[in-house]
Amino acid sequence: MTNDTILSANNMTKRFGGLVAINNLTFSIPRKSISSIIGPNGAGKTTFFNCITGFYKINEGVITFDGQRIDGKPVYDITRIGIARTFQNIRLFNNMTAIENVMVGQERNLKSSWLGAIFMSPMAIEEGRKTEKRARELIDYVGLKGKGDLLAKNLPYGDQRRLEIARALASDPQLILLDEPTAGMNPNETAQTTEFIRKLRDDLGITVVLIEHDMRVVMGISEHITVIDHGETIAEGLPEDIQKNPKVIEAYLGSGAAAQVNH
Amino acid sequence: MNSKHLRTILNVGLITGIVIFYMAVVGLVGAFNERELIRDYLTMSQVMIFVPALVGGAWLANRELPTFTKLVGGLLVGLIAALPVLALTYVAYHFDVRDIFTNIYKGLGEILTLQNESPLTGSLILTGIMMGLGLLGALMSLLPQSLRSVIYSAFITTLLVALLAEYLNTILETILEFFGLSDDLLDPFFRRNTLKLTGAFTVFGIVLVVNGITTYFGKNIQQGFKQLPAATRRSANGAGLVLFAMILIILPWVAGRFLSDAMTTVGLYMLMGLGLNIAIGMAGLLDLGYVTNFAVGAYLVGLLTSEGPQGIGGDFFNLWLAIPLALFAAMLTGFIFALPVLKMRGDYLAIATLGFGEIIGKLANSDALEKYIGGAAGLKLIPKPYFFNIEIVDPEQFYYVVLVAVIVMLYVTWRLINSRIGRQWTAIREDEDVAAAMGIDTARSKLLAFTISAAIGGVAGAIFASKVGAAFPNSFTLLVSLNVLALIIVGGMGSISGVLVGALVLMGLPEILREFSEYRFLVYGILLVWMMLQRPEGFIPSTVARRERGEDVAGLAGAD
Repeated sequence: MTNDTILSANNMTKRFGGLVAINNLTFSIPRKSISSIIGPNGAGKTTFFNCITGFYKINEGVITFDGQRIDGKPVYDITRIGIARTFQNIRLFNNMTAIENVMVGQERNLKSSWLGAIFMSPMAIEEGRKTEKRARELIDYVGLKGKGDLLAKNLPYGDQRRLEIARALASDPQLILLDEPTAGMNPNETAQTTEFIRKLRDDLGITVVLIEHDMRVVMGISEHITVIDHGETIAEGLPEDIQKNPKVIEAYLGSGAAAQVNH
Repeated sequence: MNSKHLRTILNVGLITGIVIFYMAVVGLVGAFNERELIRDYLTMSQVMIFVPALVGGAWLANRELPTFTKLVGGLLVGLIAALPVLALTYVAYHFDVRDIFTNIYKGLGEILTLQNESPLTGSLILTGIMMGLGLLGALMSLLPQSLRSVIYSAFITTLLVALLAEYLNTILETILEFFGLSDDLLDPFFRRNTLKLTGAFTVFGIVLVVNGITTYFGKNIQQGFKQLPAATRRSANGAGLVLFAMILIILPWVAGRFLSDAMTTVGLYMLMGLGLNIAIGMAGLLDLGYVTNFAVGAYLVGLLTSEGPQGIGGDFFNLWLAIPLALFAAMLTGFIFALPVLKMRGDYLAIATLGFGEIIGKLANSDALEKYIGGAAGLKLIPKPYFFNIEIVDPEQFYYVVLVAVIVMLYVTWRLINSRIGRQWTAIREDEDVAAAMGIDTARSKLLAFTISAAIGGVAGAIFASKVGAAFPNSFTLLVSLNVLALIIVGGMGSISGVLVGALVLMGLPEILREFSEYRFLVYGILLVWMMLQRPEGFIPSTVARRERGEDVAGLAGAD
């Protein structure tokens, strides 16, 4: 882990009408780290992801990725800059095959135009061939070998999660945001996924940020944790520090609990 | 047979009866009295009374009922369905409600009594036939599914052949003449453009046998074909393609002027269908103002080539030069109109585009622009194009212009579907937000869908103006947009072959069955409602739609 920061935000605020979902949030994510965003339900974790990826426009503050301001940029631009994401409630292109999903994921790297498609330009054909080949590689990489031609919606739940990750990886991102990657998985699948996330970082050098509820996963793989409650950062740091932090315990278990733990 | 069963029978019988009653009262039955399907035996009107009875019987028998109840029920359905018809007959003979139901007095009574001397005997015969058909329908449902569909398709084909006998007769005569044979050969089957009873049985028999073979031995035949060497298979496929191409090429000359004209219209709608299919079917953009592009294409050709006061005319511009320009003009308007609606989705988009279609209609009609585009009188004196030295005037010649355009656009849409942009469109259709998160500039992709879609409509408009020799505002109403939309829905959204079939059914059949024209929209309405209920994904669903239905498309479903 280096001290180099890949993603950071300064005083980021997002309001929905009178509701302040993200309040003056400041954080930084170290490059090539595995970081977790945790917090109680409704703390604003997914909103946080949506703000970074441009789904929501933030009202105040600055988001910087790799030294470049990205707040205010359209969603597709942020993806093209190098941030990919998955969704809490899996959002695949259901009626496309697994391969096609991953092919769409590669948009960031595609160049051929529609005219090339009509006139069958060698470049368009070559690109189409390469895109499919790469899609098959990624499908194999996430462990869906042989399932590439199935429809996304026909895949079992765990495979759908993997496919979403494959699709996100297809854009060759520098940073990947995983929104509850182990939600709904049994302990065995969770362990596999955890291992896979670690492999992602180690093999591909991608910075991983995950939202996660399963504390075993969080404490097991995170090198950096940001705790959010009511849209504010209440703690940031190494897993062992976070575990002991009274504010965190209070946020999760209530104020009495914090007092009990400390005494 | 308990009371619940009786209630079901009564329900089905009454619905069947009301359907016939309705068709008779609105004049549909009367309108087809002159159309003889089988010489001296069956008219179209009678089919309209009898087929519902058959369908009613089959419908009843599809329910969960004991076999005996099904058969008696079939008889009863026929009887109950006959009651409203009998009542109508009685009214037609004895009362004068002319002011309200004008159609009852166009010989409807005679039709409903099967032209019998005595109305009573006629009514009894009719009731008997309907009961028989109800029973037949119920009996049919006892047959195994495969056999039943073989018989039904033979039945439907015979009806279709009988309907189109006039054209078929002409085509066959031309072919016989070409081979130097006498058209007496057709005498056993046709008489004065109507199918004879022998002809009807021949068609029924042939279709039955062919269909039976393909149903029961189809698998073997396919397997046998697959076992042939690849080269043989390829040349067999090639030969099939060449044969099909040859049929397309000689078609206008054997089919005659009227059919050629109908096919040209169908072709123009195929073009528009292919275009709109890109926006609606592929990218999921519900565009209700498609007529705009058709109008732009037509008016551009008018302005460039018309010899009238508004046109440039002269020797420089001809249709061949105007078509690409019309294409670009339509692209441009498509682009401009798409800009303000890019952020809209679903219903909002539909309403906005609907507005654009209306604006174009009003502009074409307006007095303010009369100086430039002719106002209500439109642009006239659009000259016919020349193909080298041949002036293209006849429908038989325009058929080729349309044919080439359709083939080119088929190719273009086929290429687009299976390309990067096609995948972008599908992704946007599936989930626009996520598509953006994949790095797709959704606004740009949608703009492209609108623009390409518009371009194809522009080409259709250009050919249309040249064919008609004029561009009138009246030709560019909301109705055109809706017709194109309807043919896409009926054919199957996003499906290329669906567009072709949709255009043939919705545009071709009404052209051929002229008696229908008055009832066109009644039939459209019924067809669309039925489609939405029974086959919402269209006659020939697109791959995506078939996937949505959970069908196995090319072995995609399966192991999990």
